[in-house]
Amino acid sequence: MNPDHAVTFEGVSKIYSRSTGRKLLRSHVEGWFGRLPREPFYALNKVSFTLEHCESVAILGSNGAGKSTMLSMVAGLSYPNEGRVTVNGRVAALLELGSGFHPDLTGAENIELNAALLGLSKKRTDYLFDSIVEFSGIGEFIHEPLRTYSSGMMMRLGFSVAVNVDPDILILDEVFAVGDQDFQVKCREKVLSFKKSGKTMLCVSHSTATLNQLCDRAIWLDHGQMVMDGTAAEVIAQYEGRSTAKAGG
Amino acid sequence: MTPALTSRWTGEYRFLLGNLLLKDFRVRYRNMSLGFGWSVASPLVMMGVLTFIFTRVMPSTIEHFPAFVLCGLVPLNFFSLSWLTGTVSLIDNAGLIKRTTFPREIIPIASVLANCLHFAIQIGLLLILVVASGYQPNVNWLFLPVIIVLEIVFACGMALAFSALDVYVRDTRYVVESAITVLIWMVPIFYDSNIIPQKYRVVYHLNPIAAAVMAFRNILLENKMPAFSLVSKLTLVSAVTFGVGLLIFRRLKMRFYDYL
Repeated sequence: MNPDHAVTFEGVSKIYSRSTGRKLLRSHVEGWFGRLPREPFYALNKVSFTLEHCESVAILGSNGAGKSTMLSMVAGLSYPNEGRVTVNGRVAALLELGSGFHPDLTGAENIELNAALLGLSKKRTDYLFDSIVEFSGIGEFIHEPLRTYSSGMMMRLGFSVAVNVDPDILILDEVFAVGDQDFQVKCREKVLSFKKSGKTMLCVSHSTATLNQLCDRAIWLDHGQMVMDGTAAEVIAQYEGRSTAKAGG
Repeated sequence: MTPALTSRWTGEYRFLLGNLLLKDFRVRYRNMSLGFGWSVASPLVMMGVLTFIFTRVMPSTIEHFPAFVLCGLVPLNFFSLSWLTGTVSLIDNAGLIKRTTFPREIIPIASVLANCLHFAIQIGLLLILVVASGYQPNVNWLFLPVIIVLEIVFACGMALAFSALDVYVRDTRYVVESAITVLIWMVPIFYDSNIIPQKYRVVYHLNPIAAAVMAFRNILLENKMPAFSLVSKLTLVSAVTFGVGLLIFRRLKMRFYDYL
């Protein structure tokens, strides 16, 4: 373990046996007696890389390539079956914004609950409350139950809470499509300010233009395996080339 | 070595627990027009029915029968509700668990503690009924909080173990539901613990809910301290259950993300 690196993956594999999805007693019992075929499915297959502090990396790949699996391991939500993941620093994961919100609580109540879940102290939450509300642009709706919000408003609120955790490592999974044009600009500015202040970032987005702008480096995954690791411009060019070649053929 | 799940979470336990409890209260009571009234009304209705049945329909020889039955029902109801809501708590909060790294133990424990307000209201009603039946508050009542805390610890242990199992085997909640219907008869609710044959008594003593009910009756209806052997067994079983529950939970929590 080297504390000089932000994130280290050493031969990391994540394997789902096909029976993992089955959660009934019967399938477990059949599993014990070996009646279910246990074909392993590799969500990630022996992936190794090192991320330095201050580096910002784009993760590229089609659906099911293993992007989310990789991010969940960096976030400390799931664990590899083989290999080793080392993370140095406080991680904030912006995954599925607003999924931790409760529709019957008001915006203000949800801010506090979410902040507590993300690991903010009571003092810091009180201190940040006004700036979170202001950043979200929700206005007086903040004291209305969340079920009255539009989905855009909900994601704006989620983004506003999460970026205030003050992380060392920031994980951004498709968060650039949050809210309206104005908010997207604010969102991008915030992320750029993170980059300038030297945070480590891992980004997933379908917009390669955004990734090109935000990231220095890119990792391309396909079926759980690393295809390419290099500068963002290089890898994105190759990746897009592959897509058009496929579409053409 | 895999790091513990909590290693990257640097928040405040109290702040988080407080917020989870507040969420539960707000959601539960905001959606009811009677609010707290329901917590008072449902045991009152129950008491009315019991009083009618056991004084008019099937008169019982046991003195102060409504208070006697309620001494059984209050601890039982709390435990049943806590065990069941605790068991499904992780699945109900799957969204939170898949997205944030807060210590997972806090979810089943918060779900048990969220039932405590309801429990407190029921105990309050029980005490009023006991006094109305002609008993005087006395020094033995000080044992009541001890018994209550032990029961909460036991419920937390059961919630930890079964919530973790429920993530892997979704039948668990139905097993718990069936076990609760059995438990109603394995706890002396409608009968006095004295009629239990001696050879079966140890089973009741080792069942923390039955033990809590017997202790409640000792304290409130017999004006005496619960027997030392009873309280010590209750303490032992509660502590062991909590420890084992936590152990099971810790072993299983690493793969919650994959199964939720």
